[in-house]
Amino acid sequence: MDRSTSDNKLYGILAEFRNPKELLDAAKLMNSKGFKNYDTFSPFPVHGMDKAMNLRKSKLGWIVGGHGLIGLVGGFAMIYFMMVVDYPLNISGKPLMNIPAWVPVLFELTVLLAAFGAVFGMFYLNGLPRLNHPLFNSENFKKASDDGFFVCIESEDPQFETSKVETLLKDAGATNIEKIYDE
Amino acid sequence: MSKTYEYVPEPALVKGNHDFKDITAMVTDINMRPTPTAWYVAFGISNILMLVLLVSIAYLFWEGTGIWGLNQPVGWGWAIINFVWWVGIGHAGTLISAILFLFRQGWRTAINRFAEAMTIFAVMCAGIFPAIHVGRIWVVYWMFPLPNSMAMWPNFNSPLLWDVFAVSTYFTVSFLFWYVGLIPDLATIRDRIKSKLGKILYGTFALGWRGSNRHWWNYEKSYMILAGLATPLVLSVHTIVSFDFAVSIIPGWHTTIFPPYFVAGAVFSGFAMVLTLMIICRKIYGLEDIMTVDHIEKMNIIILVTGSMVGFAYIMEFFIAWYSGVEYEKAIFIIRATGPYAWAYWIMITCNVISPQLFWFKKLRRHVAFTFLISIVVNIGMWFERFVIVVTSLSTDFLPSSWGYYTATFWDVITYVGTFGLFFTFFLLFLRFLPMVAVSELKGVMPQADPHNYDEETGEYVPPKVQVPEPYNKTD
Repeated sequence: MDRSTSDNKLYGILAEFRNPKELLDAAKLMNSKGFKNYDTFSPFPVHGMDKAMNLRKSKLGWIVGGHGLIGLVGGFAMIYFMMVVDYPLNISGKPLMNIPAWVPVLFELTVLLAAFGAVFGMFYLNGLPRLNHPLFNSENFKKASDDGFFVCIESEDPQFETSKVETLLKDAGATNIEKIYDE
Repeated sequence: MSKTYEYVPEPALVKGNHDFKDITAMVTDINMRPTPTAWYVAFGISNILMLVLLVSIAYLFWEGTGIWGLNQPVGWGWAIINFVWWVGIGHAGTLISAILFLFRQGWRTAINRFAEAMTIFAVMCAGIFPAIHVGRIWVVYWMFPLPNSMAMWPNFNSPLLWDVFAVSTYFTVSFLFWYVGLIPDLATIRDRIKSKLGKILYGTFALGWRGSNRHWWNYEKSYMILAGLATPLVLSVHTIVSFDFAVSIIPGWHTTIFPPYFVAGAVFSGFAMVLTLMIICRKIYGLEDIMTVDHIEKMNIIILVTGSMVGFAYIMEFFIAWYSGVEYEKAIFIIRATGPYAWAYWIMITCNVISPQLFWFKKLRRHVAFTFLISIVVNIGMWFERFVIVVTSLSTDFLPSSWGYYTATFWDVITYVGTFGLFFTFFLLFLRFLPMVAVSELKGVMPQADPHNYDEETGEYVPPKVQVPEPYNKTD
């Protein structure tokens, strides 16, 4: 393709590996060499990859917890306003602030908001939706959702040097190496 | 008396000699092949049934709830029976996707997508009934805490309002859970499909998923949290549905056994429904290597367990009615078994208590046609359970002078039949356009996915050391 000769910016170097184990070993290698802007791609989450890539604990739990708390407190405020403040109604002589009876709705609202937090928080942390990405320019990368295992080292990495990275990946056992350009 | 014990490994989750590519092709090719004629036929029939539902709802709105067989004292009839029945069916999907996930049951991956879709469509069918049964449909929004001209709010002390929150939360969370699971598989289809429109649609809904392990890291966390949230949620939903009954003072309803008994019954009927659908689909779509007889056996064991729990609850209800010493409570249970609705009661006992007990036999548990039969029997039984609960308690309440016999009308029946049209219309669309097996999850539980199963030196795949025995060849 003529992309390589044009003035398109180099996004990174994509290397394909044969199986989950070689991908895991490659990730360990990248991590030990001190690369920062690299990523691995697989059709399913590979067991142990978080340790190999030295990924930090996901922050999602905090997002979910925060949303759940909003659901609980917001739900309580809503019910309190409706049942006690705005239109107090004596229902068979029970106290206006009848908290035990509010538990089911408060629980549902906590779960609802927490679930929104879990889904949209995950999208936020992953930067999704992102429909265009330089990696999609690679025809070979389509295998990443089928049976392909890839490592990509981005050009933004401080240690990035095309020839050095290519040799490193080749030595690690990559079966196919290609340059990815940002269109 | 010496005996050697050997390690018996779990049978392989995917039968046959398949690699990742085969699995992708096996599942997603179904969505990319031209639509089979049989699909159009099934879809057409479902559409006609759905039209029946729409017509019966339109006539209900026009004429009012008088078209149903409701009377005094039976103010709750088929609408509530159908609501509880459908929402109960939905529970199996969440149980498979969330609870079995938390228990690390790898076999769930073959059926979870399928069961979750069933949950969503079953809850849609269920949700119709409380919405349309209100009588004054034009003020249906009073069910929600929305400002209205009376400046009043719904009563947050009422189980009927709790139900509104429970079912709508349940639907939303099930849908989110399902969609999160779908994202990697939509990306798989996006990368494989040839048509331009397909690329655009699957590409949009896949949100640009790339299979990055930095993404998987958050994704798996999100999936686990959702499973953790859905587990108490699913238990709460049928508990709250049972509160609709248990918080009232009607004899036969006002019992503390209702929440666990309803949840067990829900799981029982839901698993049966999953089996009914799965046995048809694995055959038609040639997925017998993924949804294996081992899966059917495991599900039958759950049916046996929950069926026994339901049977125990029936016995316990009788015992507590006697033990409580309350005349009305005692009377209602005797009337249930011997009174005007005894036929319904004994259908319920036969279908729910006796029929699942046949699954004690391994031969029958692994018999596909027999399982299919029982799965339908169980759902008939569970429908009658709700019929017995709703109708007998209301028709013979405190005052014998107000006792009456309840019969459903033509419109009751066809509204119920119509919901099957709605269910199957959506289910067929799901089968046609979405991957019916969670491809990425299924790959993740295959031995090839484990980096430990590769040779340290050559990097070649080495099957796990313990040879997996072919289970029970003689009975298959």
